[in-house]
Amino acid sequence: MTDTLLEVRNLRIDGTVRPPGERPKDINIVEGVSLTLAPGRVMGLIGESGAGKSTVGLSTLRYGRGGLRLSGEIWLNGRNIQTISPGQLRDLRGREVTYVSQSAAASFNPSIRLMDQVIEATVLHRIMSRSEAQKRAVELFGALSLPEPESIGSRYPHQVSGGQLQRVMTAMALCPKPDLIVFDEPTTALDVTTQIDVLAAIKTAIRHTGVAALYITHDLAVVAQVSDEILVLRHGKMVEHGAVQQIIEAPREEYTRALVSAHSIPHEEQAATDNPILRLEDITASYEGKIQVLTDVTAEIHPGQTLAVVGESGSGKSTLARVVTGLLPPERGRVLFDDQPLPPALADRSLEQLRELQMIYQMADVAMNPRQTVATIIGRPLEMYFGIRGAEKRRRVIELLDQIEMGESFIDRYPAELSGGQKQRVCIARSLAAKPRMIICDEVTSALDPLVANGILKLLLNLQADEGVAYMFITHDLATVEAISDSIAVMYQGRLVRYGPKSEVLTPPFDDYTDLLLSSVPELRLGWLEGVVQNRKMESAGY
Amino acid sequence: MIRLAAQRIALGCLLLVAASVLIFAGTQILPGDVAQSILGRSATPESLASLREELGLNKPAVQRYLDWLLAFLGGDLGTALSNGKDIGESVAGRLGNTLFLAGWAAALSVPLAIFLGLLSVRYQDRTPDRMISGLSLASISLPEFFIGYLLIYFLAVKLQWFPSVATLNADMPLGEKLRTIALPVMVLTMVVLAHMMRMTRAAILNVMQSAYIETAELKGLTPFNVIRKHAFPNAIAPIVNVVMINLAYLVVGVVVVEVIFVYPGMGQYMVDHVSKRDVPVVQACGTIFAAVYIGLNLVADLVSIISNPRLRHPK
Amino acid sequence: MTLRRIPISALIGLILTGVAIFVAAFAPFLAPYSPAETVGDVWEPASDQFWLGTDNLGRDLLSRMIYGARITIFIAAAATALSFCVGAVAGFAAAVAGGLTDQAMSRSVDLLMSIPSLIFALVVLSVLPSTVLILILVMAVLDFTRVYRLARAVAVDVNVMDYVEAARLRGERLTWIVFREILPNALSTLVAELGLRFIFMVLFLSSLSFLGLGVQPPESDWGGMVKENKDGIIFGIPAALIPAAAISVLAISVNLVADWILRRTSDLKGGRS
Repeated sequence: MTDTLLEVRNLRIDGTVRPPGERPKDINIVEGVSLTLAPGRVMGLIGESGAGKSTVGLSTLRYGRGGLRLSGEIWLNGRNIQTISPGQLRDLRGREVTYVSQSAAASFNPSIRLMDQVIEATVLHRIMSRSEAQKRAVELFGALSLPEPESIGSRYPHQVSGGQLQRVMTAMALCPKPDLIVFDEPTTALDVTTQIDVLAAIKTAIRHTGVAALYITHDLAVVAQVSDEILVLRHGKMVEHGAVQQIIEAPREEYTRALVSAHSIPHEEQAATDNPILRLEDITASYEGKIQVLTDVTAEIHPGQTLAVVGESGSGKSTLARVVTGLLPPERGRVLFDDQPLPPALADRSLEQLRELQMIYQMADVAMNPRQTVATIIGRPLEMYFGIRGAEKRRRVIELLDQIEMGESFIDRYPAELSGGQKQRVCIARSLAAKPRMIICDEVTSALDPLVANGILKLLLNLQADEGVAYMFITHDLATVEAISDSIAVMYQGRLVRYGPKSEVLTPPFDDYTDLLLSSVPELRLGWLEGVVQNRKMESAGY
Repeated sequence: MIRLAAQRIALGCLLLVAASVLIFAGTQILPGDVAQSILGRSATPESLASLREELGLNKPAVQRYLDWLLAFLGGDLGTALSNGKDIGESVAGRLGNTLFLAGWAAALSVPLAIFLGLLSVRYQDRTPDRMISGLSLASISLPEFFIGYLLIYFLAVKLQWFPSVATLNADMPLGEKLRTIALPVMVLTMVVLAHMMRMTRAAILNVMQSAYIETAELKGLTPFNVIRKHAFPNAIAPIVNVVMINLAYLVVGVVVVEVIFVYPGMGQYMVDHVSKRDVPVVQACGTIFAAVYIGLNLVADLVSIISNPRLRHPK
Repeated sequence: MTLRRIPISALIGLILTGVAIFVAAFAPFLAPYSPAETVGDVWEPASDQFWLGTDNLGRDLLSRMIYGARITIFIAAAATALSFCVGAVAGFAAAVAGGLTDQAMSRSVDLLMSIPSLIFALVVLSVLPSTVLILILVMAVLDFTRVYRLARAVAVDVNVMDYVEAARLRGERLTWIVFREILPNALSTLVAELGLRFIFMVLFLSSLSFLGLGVQPPESDWGGMVKENKDGIIFGIPAALIPAAAISVLAISVNLVADWILRRTSDLKGGRS
């Protein structure tokens, strides 16, 4: 096919920000983006947060969130949709182009049954009669492997799980037989084992119906599974465009190369020592004596090494950190630090014990007091633990800032004046200031863009090499685990399902859960998704 | 859901009882005794004793409270100390007048507040919105009597459009009655309007910024249908909630407004008898005001419970 | 924070509030006549001699306004201070203590709030004498509930922030956590609320005095002056409007300042750059 479904020429998107008490300012979001898409093709739009991916995606519906202004030409089915009337535009939306958002849970009207919402556009645009549309919806529910396709439509949004809702939203987008669907990070909010099901369902549905799609995501491995071609965006501008294979195997631009190699940090596993710095013995814990969240967890961390604690949301991995820090005294079991038992409750620990065990949080934004400067934030541990004050303190803070590759110029800034990656670096410096022997890192990279996260990981590894500090690294991201850990603990429903040195944990034979978890992590190669789905089908068929 | 609603109603009843206890206790906190303070220092021992007898002060407080509560529930509000009249009779007519006034104020202010709320959402952060929010900031700061006397001074005294005193008779024709209460209704409307409008604006904005409104727009629905099918059903509950809370507020505002316009309602009656230290009347009126206030707040909560789809259609 | 960045509305509010406080503080030096002395005819119009005219007893209205400012602001400020101290301490305590203490305190406050303040004040004042002390106490007790709710909510919010947890893990003392971590972040909200509570107190006191249950003659606050002069209105004498307008202006000024402080808080969350 040589004809064109969508052609965007020189798209520019501007917005206006209105800071309270100041004059409104115009800012440019996207500039000079052009793309063409043939019918039935899938294009992946990839980039960091703020790259303008969603904005470009929504422009194909001539929709600007929060009053964004579009300029340039957007040709769809042979006409420039920038010039059509509001009535024609409404006719286009929901008929020719449909949209699947990141958060299906928020995108469904809470007080209307799913079926009525799924067929709303189809019936509105008189594509089918009501009963035909309902029949089609049920077929789509089945094709997207939703449970009870006949009756799921009669439920309300809150009665359906997040992964299912995302598939219902895909059915809603497919129902009016559109020419183009915009998928806006449809699997980002899901757990990794749920993501793969939704991803497979979306891919099958796209292939069966022959609809064209724009697939927006920040995850290169995900987009490689579903797209024919990829467009890389950065700061609202195009970086590179090409076929999937070319982008992942032979990227031309430096930025694309960095994205492709983002996860490949080499890290040699170190052997366990005889004297673990931290030892957890049969930890069992619960909240208010009711809900048991940890059961019999035993693990060790060795000096200068990293234990990665991996699991999905609700697996109890963050609770484990709370037990170690003393915020949640365990019901049973004990925590040994350097062979000495730590008092279970925070209040009973000595200043020295607190100093040796530091913590870094997921959201650097809220881990720093917005009213304190970097100098106060990093300087406070120096003052508390070592009694360092005045000029000496300032000198040490500058040293620490150099260590986290930021430098003296940041010393008098407030957290709000730092970027996401810089904030996390300041938090790292704050914990380093205490000269700890172990740091708990709770999802420290998961709120960051891949390249920024990569920088943080490299910094953590360098600091480990220099200072010999041990890490307890809590994460849901298995790619990060490979990059940083020496040993791994896999958690599921509050229990340790697999534990040992990295090489052992990541080598078959696997237990069922670890297998599921590992096989669900998207890999950056073509045909990965099909392979996994095929494997699982065979397994469930009993081969 | 029914369980939750029943719980809320039960809680409302409990609150009502507790509030009546509080009001009763509020009249007993005086060091010394009520009879002494009513009659003053020059009271003779005989008159003190007879008043004590009449008020039942010789019985323990708990006994007195229970007697009073039972009589109250049975419709017997007791007799006024100052003139010996049956409180129930005096209250009945005045309560009607007060509700007449508050009702018309509500009928005017509710649609107006919702309309202005919609207007400021429509023109969010632009001139009309800023003007409306500026005016509401000002009107929240104005005491009722300032608005009241300003209106009397200009509309009643200078322009002679309305009577300055709202004397209401039962045998007036409706048109005449409405002309009589025009000024007090205006004052009450202004008093609650700003609040109600700000809250309506917030409630509508909250709904209009939901992702499902965007979904509806991207399906190609007309703006009218987006509002009719998707925004309105979800906004109605918070708006009703806002209205109820403000009606409760209005019932209290009525007290001062009635005094300004010498309007023969409950508020005026209560204030008169506070200065006369007529405890039984004050207790009765206070309890009735509190009951209306608690009742309206209860309705507001019930509306949010009933309209919540999560509660209406449990998993 | 430089003066240049204060918006014009807040500046007006600040100036007018400042003037009111200045007048209240230096009343005896500013007032041309004694507030109790009959110096002219009843309800004389404004003249060179009496800038605002005279009141229902022939006293100089300007002098009475100046002394009235003193009483109004003093009682409202005292009641606000009391309500604020009690409310903030109780609110923080409930948030920190949690559990049953929190439940018991919060439910009692709910109960107190279920009766409209003005109605409850009327009930209590039907048996208590309206002395200045009693007025302050009654107003503070009825109002502290709102401060309590806000203080508790703010403290609960800040308390769960990671930076407070980080301070705890660092081994900071409770005083550091409260004064260096929580308070700086709760302060703007609380200061803005202080302004709003003060306005409420001014209006509350004025209403009570207007109903004849607040400040008792011969002393008189602005609300009481409205009551004294209200009968003139129907004869076209606007004397009652002057104290009523003064109350409004004071309330609006404080409101403008409070609004600006609140905006500044949300500003900071959005970033300083």
